[in-house]
Amino acid sequence: MADSTVAESPGASLRGTRAAPRVRKAEGRGRPYWQIAPMAVVFLFFFILPLIVTFVVSFWNYTGYSITPAFVLNNYALAFDRCFSPAPGFCTTFRTYLSTLKFCAIVWAVTLVIGFTIAYYLVFQIRTNTTRIVLALICTIPFWTSNVIRMISWIPLLGRNGLVNQVLVGTGIVNQPIEWLLYSDFAVALALVHINTVFMIVPILNSMSRIDRSLVEAAYDAGASGWQTLSNVIVPLSKTGIAIGSIFVVTIVMGDFVTTGIMGGQQIASAGKVISTEISALQFPIASANAIVLLVIVLMIIWTLIRFVDIRKEL
Amino acid sequence: MREQRSRAFYILSAVFALYVLFLYGPTITITVLSFQGPNGGLTFPLNGLSLHWFHNLWAGIGVPNVAGALVNSLELGIVVTILTVVISLMAGLAYRRRFAGRNFIFYTAIASLTLPSIIVSLGIALEFQIANQSISGLGDTLSDSYGGDDVHGIAAILGALGNGIENNFQTLMGLFTSGLGAHLTWTLPFGLLIMFAIFNRFNPSYEEAARDLGASAWQGFRYVVLPLVAPSLLGVALFGFTLSWDEIARSSQAVGSANTLPLTLEGLTTTVTTPVIYALGTVTTGVSFLVIGCILGCVFLVQARRRRYGSDAGKGLL
Repeated sequence: MADSTVAESPGASLRGTRAAPRVRKAEGRGRPYWQIAPMAVVFLFFFILPLIVTFVVSFWNYTGYSITPAFVLNNYALAFDRCFSPAPGFCTTFRTYLSTLKFCAIVWAVTLVIGFTIAYYLVFQIRTNTTRIVLALICTIPFWTSNVIRMISWIPLLGRNGLVNQVLVGTGIVNQPIEWLLYSDFAVALALVHINTVFMIVPILNSMSRIDRSLVEAAYDAGASGWQTLSNVIVPLSKTGIAIGSIFVVTIVMGDFVTTGIMGGQQIASAGKVISTEISALQFPIASANAIVLLVIVLMIIWTLIRFVDIRKEL
Repeated sequence: MREQRSRAFYILSAVFALYVLFLYGPTITITVLSFQGPNGGLTFPLNGLSLHWFHNLWAGIGVPNVAGALVNSLELGIVVTILTVVISLMAGLAYRRRFAGRNFIFYTAIASLTLPSIIVSLGIALEFQIANQSISGLGDTLSDSYGGDDVHGIAAILGALGNGIENNFQTLMGLFTSGLGAHLTWTLPFGLLIMFAIFNRFNPSYEEAARDLGASAWQGFRYVVLPLVAPSLLGVALFGFTLSWDEIARSSQAVGSANTLPLTLEGLTTTVTTPVIYALGTVTTGVSFLVIGCILGCVFLVQARRRRYGSDAGKGLL
C-alpha cells in the first residue's frame, strides 16, 4: 500500500511539509519535541549507542566468558591477519570481501535490470491506475513474507533430485543431475536476487512515475527512437530511484549472512557471516573490529552512491 | 483515443509474467509439497496427498519447540506493530513542524534502515552484555562490602540489594527488551517514511477548519487528523507486523535465550530432512498472507466507504 502511496504523490517533498503549517507558532512550541521523543529514544538506545559500543569494544580484550575494557589493536590486527605480508593469498579477510563484493556486483546488476524493466512496464505500459496498483502490490507482497521460507522454497526446485534436474535429465539435456544448483554461489546469487529485487523496483517506480509524460512525447516528436528516449530521457530522470535502489541492494548484500548461510549450505564465506561466526564463538571484540571494518566499507559505498541523489526530494 | 498496443508491451508483459512466476513459483512449490503423503520426500513427485506433516508439526515431533517460537514471534510482532504505529504517528506529527535535530533523526532513521543488520544486532548484544556485566559487578561489590551480618541502616539495604543481584540477576537481554528494540530499529524507519508520504499529501485546511470552529488541539487530532490518516496507519501496521514476523538478521544476536520463528526455521534448514519444514513454511506464509489480506482488505473497504459517504458537496442542505 505504502509503495503506491509514495509512488502517487508527485512533487510532494519534505520541504513542502516544512513550509505548509505556519500556524500556531506561539502555542505548543514544545510539542514536536515530545512527539519525536519516543522515536529518538529508541534510535538512541538501540542504534546509536550500540554503534558506539561496537566501536569501543573493538579495542577491548576478552576472556572466555566476558569482555574487559582495554585499548588494544589486536582485534584489528587479527582481522587483517597476514593481509600485508608478502604472500597475501593467506589473507582470509581480503578473500572474503572479494567474494562478498562479487555477489554485490552480480546481484546489483541483475536486480537493476529486472527492477528497471518492471518499473518501466508498470509506469509506461500499464494504462489504468488500478491495474498499476494491483500489479505493484503483486510485486511487493512477497516482501512481507518470510525470507527464510522463500530460501527454503528453492530446495525442491534446485536440489539434486529437484524439479529443474528432473526436467533436465528427463528431456536428456544433461546425463546426470547438475550439482551446483543448490548450496552454491549460484544458489546464493539467485536467492539474493529473488529477495531483493523489490528494493530496486519500488524506488525506481517512485522516480519514474514522476517523469512528466510530455517530456517523453517531446522526445518522440523530436524524432528520437524508443531506445534514444529511454537512454536520454527516462534513464537520466530515474537516476535518483536507481541510486536509492542500489544503496538498498548493495548494503543488504554487503551485510548478508543469512542468505549466504542457508543457500550456501553454510560453506560460503561472506563479510557478515565472518562476524556472526565470531559472535557465536563469543569473540566479541574481534567481531566488533570486523563489524567496524564492514561499517566503514558500507559507508564508503553509500557515500559514493548518495552523491547521485537528494533523498529528501524523493519523499 | 486508444492506440494499438506496441510490440514492446507484449514482450514486457511476458517479462513481467516471468518475474511474477519467479517471485511466487518457489513458494507455491513448497505449499504443494507440504501436503505430501507420509512417505513423501523433500522433492517431487507427490507421494499421495495428506495433512500428515501438518499433524506432525502440531504434535511437535522432530521439531524443537516450534509452538513456543511461533507464540514468541506472534507476541513480539503484535507489540512491535502497536509501538511502530504509535511512535511513527507521533514522529510524523512532529515532522509537520520545525524542531532542532529533525535532520539528525531523519538521517539516523535512514542509517538504521540501510546499515547491515548484523552490525546493529551485534551492537545491541554488546550493549546488553556490558549492562549485564556492570549490574553483576555492582551486585558483587555491594555484596562484598555490605553483605555481612554486622551492617545496619543504608549499608544493610545496599548489602541486601547486592545479595539479591548476586542470587537472582541473570540478564537484561530478552525478547521484549533487546529483541523489541532490535525490531523497532528495522520497522520505525519504514513507519517514518510512510508518515512522510501521508502528511505530504495531507490537506491542513480540514484541521484549520476544526480549529476555527473552536476545537482544541487534542480534538483536532482526535476527530479530524486521526480519522483522515487511519487507513494509512494500517499500512504502517502492515509493515510493522510483517517485518517483525519475518525478521531474522537483527534478531539473530539480540533476542537472548528465546527464539523467534524465523530463527527456529533457519536452524531447521540444516537439521530437518522431511516435508515438516514445508508445512511450517506454509503455516508461516499463511499467517503473513492472512495479515496482508486483512489489512489490504480494510484499506480497500475504508476507501470504498469514503467514496460512497465521503462528500455531500452539491447535495443541498439537509
